[in-house]
Amino acid sequence: MSSIVSIRNLSKKFAGFSALKNINLDVSEGEVVCIVGPSGSGKSTLIRCINLLEEYEKSGSVLVDGIPVVRGEKLAMVRAEVGMVFQSFNLFPHLTVLQNITLAPVRVRNTTRTVAEKQAYAMLERVGIAAQAGKYPGELSGGQQQRVAIARALAMQPRIMLFDEPTSSLDPEMVGEVLDVMKKLAKSGVTMIVVTHEMGFARQVADRVVFMDDGEIVEEGTPQQIFDDAREERTRNFLNAILQH
Amino acid sequence: MNFIDTFFNWDVLTSSMPLLLSGLKVTLLLGLVSVVAGLVLGLAIALVRLYAMRPIRLVAIIYIDLFRSIPLLVLLILVYFALPFIGISLSPFASAAAALTIVSSAYTAEIFRAGIEAIPKGQFEASQALGLGYRHMMSDVILPQAIRVVIPPLTNNCINVIKDTALASVVAMPDLLKQATQAQALEANPTPLIVAALMYIGLLWPLVLLVGRFEKRLRTTR
Repeated sequence: MSSIVSIRNLSKKFAGFSALKNINLDVSEGEVVCIVGPSGSGKSTLIRCINLLEEYEKSGSVLVDGIPVVRGEKLAMVRAEVGMVFQSFNLFPHLTVLQNITLAPVRVRNTTRTVAEKQAYAMLERVGIAAQAGKYPGELSGGQQQRVAIARALAMQPRIMLFDEPTSSLDPEMVGEVLDVMKKLAKSGVTMIVVTHEMGFARQVADRVVFMDDGEIVEEGTPQQIFDDAREERTRNFLNAILQH
Repeated sequence: MNFIDTFFNWDVLTSSMPLLLSGLKVTLLLGLVSVVAGLVLGLAIALVRLYAMRPIRLVAIIYIDLFRSIPLLVLLILVYFALPFIGISLSPFASAAAALTIVSSAYTAEIFRAGIEAIPKGQFEASQALGLGYRHMMSDVILPQAIRVVIPPLTNNCINVIKDTALASVVAMPDLLKQATQAQALEANPTPLIVAALMYIGLLWPLVLLVGRFEKRLRTTR
């Protein structure tokens, strides 16, 4: 299988503090990778390097579909191939749901408005909120907003979807509806990298679970390997701490 | 002569009215040109100030700080009386418009900067993650949101610019104030000045009320 994302010797420092230490990670087409680990372990920083929302040390490299992710003319093109869903949704509050979804296809892909709108309705159907197309983000619940954000990213037909703690700012009763949408996407073959604290989701949906701590990948493996049979003490301690309650 | 004949003399008013109206026209034109040019220039300077390379950004910062600290009257006199010595002679209107635009753009730049900086970081990140280029990120996502925040302070600035057009009378601009003082001297009666004052108020009071409306609406939609 070919790698959609290929990360080599990736390091990042914030004012002397090492946020990422020599990370290597490959993600294949159709694969669902969940990144878990304690807060401040570098999970979010890692996936934000994949579309260069975070700069990284020159010594390392990030390739998306074989193209280096660096500042320059090709950056916007690479970013268009990488969909991202944020913890805080980041919908555009002055645009309707439909306009949120059609903006990038029309501006970046030069899709005609009619076609973009048709695709947008299809995406909204996919995330189960086609009825809300004319509303503004502020009129929707958190769960609905996050599903719009997923539809917005999908509308660009990206090669890979990044999820940065997509359920962490949701009220508990809305977590399920977002995870359900993500499960459906995973089943339909979308390549996904998911930073999450939802261990049930990771166990059920991930092809591979990556455990990070202190800016490093401590270990990775199938959900069974990580959750039932972790080799590293740090992994076991973390899982014990969060699975106890 | 009683109070009414001195300050609200009907005959003086009617005879000086054509002069006053021509002055009002000049004031309106000068205000309009300066406000619009100041807006466009101010937005450009704000974007340079925020996003250009460091040395260019520094130039923008110096421009903004310099022209906010120089009194408009001083700048106006420099433009009109000093520039000819280095070979640049501007008409009274061009001098006044240039000075007003420069100062207005400095204030406008700071207003736009504050408005853009008030937009959450996530809006920039979401735009970039979607592959939007800088131009579309600004025109479709950031500026439409920033505009709502900056309309009240921009309207305030607009009021200041229109009021400051009165300073142009110093460089022999036939604006409303200049014509009023001229008519006053001609008629040996202060009625034209009173009328001019009423005209300024009539022009600007609606704008002042508008700022209040905008601010109230902004408070309730937040």
